Amino acid sequence: MEQATTYDDRVASGATATTYNDRVVKQFAVMTVVWGIVGMTVGVLIAAQLIWPDLTYGIEWLSYGRLRPLHTNAVIFAFGGSALFATSYYVVQRTCHARLFGGPLVGFTFWGWQAVIVGAAVTLPLGITMGKEYAELEWPLALLIAVVWVSYAIVFFGTIAKRQIKHIYVANWFYGAFILTIAVLHIVNNLSIPAGMWKSYPVYAGAVDAMVQWWYGHNAVGFFLTAGFLGMMYYFVPRQAGRPIYSYRLSIVHFWSLIAIYMWAGPHHLHYTSLPDWAQTLGMVFSLILLAPSWGGMINGIMTLSGAWHKLRTDPILRFMIVALSFYGMSTFEGPMMSIKTVNSLSHYTDWTIGHVHSGALGWVAMISIGSLYTLFPRLWGVEKMYSIKAIEWHFWTSTIGTVLYITAMWAAGLMQGLMWRTFNDDGTLTYTFIEVLKRTEPFYMLRLLGGVVFLSGMVFMVWNVYKTWQNAPERNKAVAIPQPA
Amino acid sequence: MSTFWHWYIIALTVGTLIVTVWFLVWSQKLRIESKKEDDGSETTGHVWDGDLRELNNPLPRWWLGLFWITIAFSIIYLILYPGLGRYEGVLGWTQEKQYEEEMADARAAFETQFAELANMELEQLAVNDQAVDMGRNLYAHNCSTCHGVDARGATGYPNLTDDHWIWGSEPQQVLTSILNGRRAAMPPFGDALGAEGVTRTAVYVQQLAGQEVDASMAAAGRQHYMQVCAACHGPEGKGNPILGAPDLTAGVYTYGGDLDTIRATIRNGRAGVMPAQKDLIGETRTRLVTAYILSMQDRFGGE
Repeated sequence: MEQATTYDDRVASGATATTYNDRVVKQFAVMTVVWGIVGMTVGVLIAAQLIWPDLTYGIEWLSYGRLRPLHTNAVIFAFGGSALFATSYYVVQRTCHARLFGGPLVGFTFWGWQAVIVGAAVTLPLGITMGKEYAELEWPLALLIAVVWVSYAIVFFGTIAKRQIKHIYVANWFYGAFILTIAVLHIVNNLSIPAGMWKSYPVYAGAVDAMVQWWYGHNAVGFFLTAGFLGMMYYFVPRQAGRPIYSYRLSIVHFWSLIAIYMWAGPHHLHYTSLPDWAQTLGMVFSLILLAPSWGGMINGIMTLSGAWHKLRTDPILRFMIVALSFYGMSTFEGPMMSIKTVNSLSHYTDWTIGHVHSGALGWVAMISIGSLYTLFPRLWGVEKMYSIKAIEWHFWTSTIGTVLYITAMWAAGLMQGLMWRTFNDDGTLTYTFIEVLKRTEPFYMLRLLGGVVFLSGMVFMVWNVYKTWQNAPERNKAVAIPQPA
Repeated sequence: MSTFWHWYIIALTVGTLIVTVWFLVWSQKLRIESKKEDDGSETTGHVWDGDLRELNNPLPRWWLGLFWITIAFSIIYLILYPGLGRYEGVLGWTQEKQYEEEMADARAAFETQFAELANMELEQLAVNDQAVDMGRNLYAHNCSTCHGVDARGATGYPNLTDDHWIWGSEPQQVLTSILNGRRAAMPPFGDALGAEGVTRTAVYVQQLAGQEVDASMAAAGRQHYMQVCAACHGPEGKGNPILGAPDLTAGVYTYGGDLDTIRATIRNGRAGVMPAQKDLIGETRTRLVTAYILSMQDRFGGE
């Protein structure tokens, strides 16, 4: 049934319409690993700087304030973004039985996105920034992102339009929502007036600017880091488990409720600020309603494994996925809880928030990406499995232990900080000075650094394993023919 | 908020809730075509990429229950709290009110703590352990930034633990310094004295503090001193607490006692400012800070 010929043969004979475009998938998949290492290394560095502030000898380009946005951009948009591009391009072709639409636009999305990342890696250490969290890149780069993203949308939805199967697979709903929404969020939040080549000012001011920023910020979490990766989950979990999706009805209900309600949640980032009370309240109640829609994805993922539980014993890739789903469930429970004003007044501005973010970032986003990539690479290069299952096993344990160390350290630190900051003496003075709180936090920063190093070390197994798999794949350049739909 | 936005917010919020509720009800009635597979399971009949299928299981009841509970909670919350445009909510809560209530509670608790201390004299407070402990906390939060955690001062900020007092050492004078602040005004004399004159005067000032200096320089400096400095610092250099003119014979310096620093002080003048605390921490707290500072003095048993 497999009618594989080399990619170059196909191109030469003008028959590319009968094969999948896996070149761009391979490019993005490999860059996911590369940017993962880069982004996480910067993360480890800044975690160390919080303990040893003079670690980088006071060199301004390497100061915490400049490297922190580099870390977040590198892990979210370079690592996470490349993983989403790679998997969405793979999944949309496989589930539509169609080659990617858009011709040269496909290659442009790869090179354009890499250019954005390199641009970020140069401008952020130079101190060039919009000052908006997760939207730091100045207007020339923001414009390039917009162009690449619109191209991405054309490629993705063009491929959907070419599909040979009437029903659109659930993974594509999530990828589609993610692509559309990020386009809108990015463009609206970046509306600004340039004041020179590398400086611009937002068109919004004051509380409105803050609200637009967190409308963007929270939906970047909701659509980039949740919906996008749910798309990944909906293809790679059933693929790896060899089981059907648990419930089509649940897919429908949680998809539509998730995308409708996520949009409202942003104001919970601005509790007890100059944002009007009514907006804070709406942000809070819709964050609470968001709990069930979020958990719908976790249930559908975990229950898909039902009937294949025994595979968890032997398959570390499935274990990556089930642990990712568990962390997803944990952080989407924690999020609504932290959006309650009373809880937020304790947790806000503490390291608890950092812990919450990383239980989502390391536990969910990174682990579902890593699991999916281990499923993807052998298929891309025409081999049965990754070169070393043992190495995946090691990677699984380092990722899990690293994540647990990281988030427990930050939870403990955050709770302690929140409680110390609100402890008063009988005379109305604060019991603890700021420096006392910092000193008590230091051991937890050590533990967090250790967690980060352990997590990063797992990525080294991955690099080696991916390289060996590539090296031992004699048919890695063969194009895959598009099969007739069943 | 204009009437338009008021109703816009209400329509959007209530509309979203109604659509969500309707959607949940509808989705359970939704008929999904199903197909019996060979292994007995029931799928939707769709197949992608060779073998990807989906089962047709119902929504988990506990999950649906959770969804309804969060919606019910939100509706109640929106009735009780401000959320729907200008609607203020049954409880009349605002974050400003919450802040004011918590501050009022804190103030009330604070006043209770000090009911008995409020009427005590500074001399009594300075030997009262409770008052001194509280004063120390207040000092740490309000004064230590400039005067140091150990109250030993820093360049430009006087040491509060020794027995040299620029503005007077009496308890009432110390209280006044903190309560109303102090504004020192050492005028610049660089133009009046010339470079040479400044140096000679500085040498004489060092001699006043008992340092071994060039006697002829000091003698020349004394001329200048008597003309321009003695008015405030006194003919013998003993200073004047009413003007905040320091005692120059003690060898204790706010800005430094080396020749270059003294010259700079004379040439450019100094304008030290102690900010008034009355409006910042209030009189009761200021009295306790005073008590703590006095408690470090020998006369109140300090070390």
